Amino acid sequence: MAFGAQPLTLPTWRSRWAGTIPGLAVIALLLAVLAAGLWALLSVATPARTLRLDAYVGGVVAFSLLQGTLSAVLSVGLAVPVARALFRRGDFPLRTLLVRLMGLPMVVPTIVGVIAIVVLFGRQGWLNQAWGALGLGGRIDIYGLHGILLAHLFFNLPFAARLILSGLATIPQAQWRQASQLGLSGWQVLRWIEYPVLREVIPGILGIVFLLCFTSFAIVLALGGGPPNATLEVAIYQALRFEFDVTRAALLAGIQLLLCLGAYAAILALGRPVESDLAATAAVRRPDADAITARIVDTVAIGLALLLLLGPLLALASRIAGGPLVDVLASGDLWAATARSLAVGTAAGLLSLVAGWGILTAARALRQVHGRPGLARAAELAGSMILVVPPMVLGAGLFLAVRGWIDPFAAGLLLVVLVNAGMGLPFMIRILGPALDRAGRRYGRLSESLGLRRWHRLVYADWPEVRASAGLALALVICLSFGDFGVIALFGSSDTATLPFLLYERMGAYRMDEAAVIAGWLLALCVLLFVAVERLVGGRERA
Amino acid sequence: MNAPEPRDGREGVTLQGVRYSYEAMQMVFDLRLAAGSVTAVLGPSGAGKSTLLNLVAGFDRPDAGTIAILGRDMAGVPPGARPVTSVFQEGNLFPHLPVWRNVALGITRRRRLGPEESRRLDEALSRVGLTALRQRLPSELSGGERQRVALARALVRQRPVLLLDEPFAALDPGLRARMLDLVFALQAERDLTVLLVSHQPGELMGRGIDVIFLDEGEVLYHGPMAALRRSAAAPAVARYLGD
Repeated sequence: MAFGAQPLTLPTWRSRWAGTIPGLAVIALLLAVLAAGLWALLSVATPARTLRLDAYVGGVVAFSLLQGTLSAVLSVGLAVPVARALFRRGDFPLRTLLVRLMGLPMVVPTIVGVIAIVVLFGRQGWLNQAWGALGLGGRIDIYGLHGILLAHLFFNLPFAARLILSGLATIPQAQWRQASQLGLSGWQVLRWIEYPVLREVIPGILGIVFLLCFTSFAIVLALGGGPPNATLEVAIYQALRFEFDVTRAALLAGIQLLLCLGAYAAILALGRPVESDLAATAAVRRPDADAITARIVDTVAIGLALLLLLGPLLALASRIAGGPLVDVLASGDLWAATARSLAVGTAAGLLSLVAGWGILTAARALRQVHGRPGLARAAELAGSMILVVPPMVLGAGLFLAVRGWIDPFAAGLLLVVLVNAGMGLPFMIRILGPALDRAGRRYGRLSESLGLRRWHRLVYADWPEVRASAGLALALVICLSFGDFGVIALFGSSDTATLPFLLYERMGAYRMDEAAVIAGWLLALCVLLFVAVERLVGGRERA
Repeated sequence: MNAPEPRDGREGVTLQGVRYSYEAMQMVFDLRLAAGSVTAVLGPSGAGKSTLLNLVAGFDRPDAGTIAILGRDMAGVPPGARPVTSVFQEGNLFPHLPVWRNVALGITRRRRLGPEESRRLDEALSRVGLTALRQRLPSELSGGERQRVALARALVRQRPVLLLDEPFAALDPGLRARMLDLVFALQAERDLTVLLVSHQPGELMGRGIDVIFLDEGEVLYHGPMAALRRSAAAPAVARYLGD
């Protein structure tokens, strides 16, 4: 027998640690970018000025906390009956469609949701027209705290409902069989079976939704109605964009960062991690499903959720149909903005995928080869650091960090790509991580045994296993970046306008018909992009 | 306990003062396996049987001691470069690749095979009786066929040491016996050194092989299978067999 084709001695470090080097380099780079941004902020914020918390700053902090808390409590509180209804109506024929619809706000760009709400509830909106037609006095005003809360409900109630639904799906089948045998009532089912799960998952969901609403930018900017209703994120934007008050921006960013760190620490400490696993939401037969009160409650809950979700989108569709469709679609501005958005979205998505892949393969090697699960978790947490550094804070920091060398407005789109790629990393880590770990557990030893490394391991072992998850994560990050109206508001101009920026410009100029058409175009492209990327990259299997 | 000397003097696998700790268990291995021998590894669950194979294959690294294969020290040699090939109970095949590609990965990672590579592939598939199934995916094969694919790949890799970690445990008794016959035939043809983890000692009786009996990470017996029940390890063996 012949043996000896392969070399028998390789340096030990090369074979054992090589897999972690690119990922650790990505983490170092990420932390360096974050540190550079934060350092730039701190260095301009002289202590004498930063410590002066005037009434304006106090008001901004108070309003940020108030709207974040109210939004979170309302979204999660109302999501509980919706999730229970979807869970209890396991035999409802449209249940799967409904659950999928609940995922729609994930791909609807925030600015599109905002204009959809304005079209329904605004001064010229459906509701006010109906109000007037009925001869009722006064008008509904969407601008202010209630408008912000409504928009946050539109985005976060379905999101929270899906997470709660996933939590309810973890209740073992045996408990439902027991409940059926014992003939438990709806109240008893809630108290003894559902409540223990809800108590575990809801604190974490409340924390996530609070963080999302607390750092909300586009909604507050468009629906806040002015400075009295500004959040920290909007105040940073105003300080940098209009007042050029870098010190105030630094102070606000510092406060924002501290509060986000506190909220994130609370999320980590609260309850068990929340997973959105739609595969786990299979229907179960419940003993309380047939009671008449349960039927009424569920119908009302699902009906109101659908109204909240579809009402604004249908109003937007109607406005688009009656709008200057051809004129807007024929405009050069729209196509230029579309091209920029596509470039930003694709670049941010790919950058995020490459960086996320590096971090996750390093974490996997630390966990599965080196037996260091703590270090692996630390690597994943480092990759998700962006969660505690809001994009506007990072954007402001990078703005200050690069302004000594280049014109930040000229390099605006590059900074937008960078920040969006960073914002996508937590999604990459959350979606891609479990699939890469699974590939490692299934084929790690086989790959090692066959000497499959780097490119060959990627082609033969990892990619086929993680392809579906990679497609989903990439589609999500590309869509989020494509429709993002965050940092672009800081750096954007007419010359570098992306689609969301163009849409906001039209809204600001009260050209609502044009804005509605642009919103429809943006939404359609977002959905198309999502489906195309998920299919092309992810293949036929769904993650 | 003393390991038997290699019968014809050729060294196959040698573990000298090898220590490995896993959770609270400290394992110690001092073994010499003759080249061209078949050795079964027996013992209760958690005794360290798979760990022994993983150490030889290079998946786990010893805390102390040396492992030599064919007289060459394996320190720092990654699994893919060792003169061993492994067949596991599951996860031997990539599910998205057809049979021929799964086997060919043992020869080359290139997409196209040269004439000599094709000949080796055809010969291995023919030897395990899978020529007709070469285009199938693993999901289209039975459990026994899947393990034959893994054996075919072990053949084309042409490594002198074959490590089998309960590869036939999930098969029914008749099929298991036929697969064992195939392994012994291949071993004889190619003069392989085989280390085989098994939970079915009865099926190995009468094959004239050596056996290593492990308990709590310690080698209690290493010698001819026929003498196992008369050895000092007999009480532990009796407990293991439920006698």
